[in-house]
Amino acid sequence: MRRGTTSALIVAVAAALMAVATLDARARWFPVPVDEQRELYVADGRLLAHATLGFDAVAADVYWIRAVQHYGRDRRSLTYEGRYALLHPLIDVTTTLDPYFSVAYQFGAVFLAEPLPNGPGRLDLGLALLEKGLAVEPDRWQYAQYLGFLHYWHGTDRTAAARAFERAARIPGAPNWLQPLAVGMLVEGGERDAAVTMLREMTRSEDRWIRELAERKLAEIGAR
Amino acid sequence: MTRARLVASHVFKESIRDRVLFAIAGFALVLVAASVVIGQITAGQDMRIIKNLGLAAIELSGVLMAVFIGVGLVAREIERRSVYNVLAKPVQRWEFIVGKYVGLTCTLLVNVALMTAVLFVVMAWFEWTTPVEVTRGWTVPALDPALLKAVVMIAAELLVLTAVALLVSTFSSSGVMSAVLTLGVWVAGHLSADLRMFVAPGAPWLTTLVHMAGAVVPAFSEFDIKAQVVNGRPPVGWSVIAVTLAYASAYITAMVAAAVAVFTRREFT
Repeated sequence: MRRGTTSALIVAVAAALMAVATLDARARWFPVPVDEQRELYVADGRLLAHATLGFDAVAADVYWIRAVQHYGRDRRSLTYEGRYALLHPLIDVTTTLDPYFSVAYQFGAVFLAEPLPNGPGRLDLGLALLEKGLAVEPDRWQYAQYLGFLHYWHGTDRTAAARAFERAARIPGAPNWLQPLAVGMLVEGGERDAAVTMLREMTRSEDRWIRELAERKLAEIGAR
Repeated sequence: MTRARLVASHVFKESIRDRVLFAIAGFALVLVAASVVIGQITAGQDMRIIKNLGLAAIELSGVLMAVFIGVGLVAREIERRSVYNVLAKPVQRWEFIVGKYVGLTCTLLVNVALMTAVLFVVMAWFEWTTPVEVTRGWTVPALDPALLKAVVMIAAELLVLTAVALLVSTFSSSGVMSAVLTLGVWVAGHLSADLRMFVAPGAPWLTTLVHMAGAVVPAFSEFDIKAQVVNGRPPVGWSVIAVTLAYASAYITAMVAAAVAVFTRREFT
């Protein structure tokens, strides 16, 4: 190797190391506050759908990645001010750009409903997101099932959870364990009469184990 | 060093005669002027839009110049075989590379200075023609000296990008590929902050790999203070700029030294 090349390489490596060290020092000396390091310039998904010129699905992926990164970063952050501020707009843009983005509805709703510090604690926005998904795809029982879970985990209204599970169970293709789940919620919520009605309906099920389960539950609550 | 200065002077004179430069500068000036028109159709955000579009025009035109002129700095000399004439003279190869770099950076800095001057003239005119009742409501003054901080950072970003383009120019034989590669580095550089914060749950090796990529590509995301300066919040201290400039100097040195290393190894037969 020529002497000039060796010298140049040594300088290049030394300068590169210095650059990395400087960048590291900058990040330590001047940390960027969470609420100041991000902005959402376009928060209207319909406008973006036109602006992306047919690449709306790719744009939806980008916004979903941003939503996940935003959620993860803020969850790890120690700064509370402005936490999760962009989470709902990002998920809303994602699902407007691609209304069939099922993961964005399901995970997005869970992220939104998680109480602080694990999420913004916006159960209302999470439920609204799932309703938005159900308006696009009324036959997707998973959205209704998530509605039930959100009501159960983060809400106080067991009856609302039961109604959501029942709604999911009525959608063609839904698994048969949803109806027993709805009954359980109704019993937990003190809605004995409604639970009995649903159990009686279940005794006419084609599935043997559902029928047997309904019979047993009816016997348990003494409504036979 | 005198010989490097001569090469630089030659590059400067050649590049300011380049039609590409005029086209890009013309486009940028039209964009700055258009910002006044666009500002008129907004509600109360006119000065913000003039500043945003003006700074964006300065940066974008500089990036286009750095890429499209920078990638041809050495490659074009080799293609035209004019490099033989230069190297036959008592010019060291490192002087040739350093001269080329300094020449283009001078062109870029002149362009940035001229466009900044035009932007300030446009802002001054706009402030002068705006009723006092309206200007009183502006949270940031029109002729805000803090705007110069953003300009300094843009200039530093362009100097780093030119160094990258120069390095690419020393080993790539295709102009299009060089331009695409340099533009790719520019895009990756603007995502570098995200790369350095990337976490792949369950795959620590991937996290380390992406962190390394984030450290290798130029940290252009750290140079971007346009939004803060235009909004007037949060204030960007000169100490942040100084550290960023130190980083830019180190990165430029690494790129130019790497370009010298590649160029000194090349055989011209």
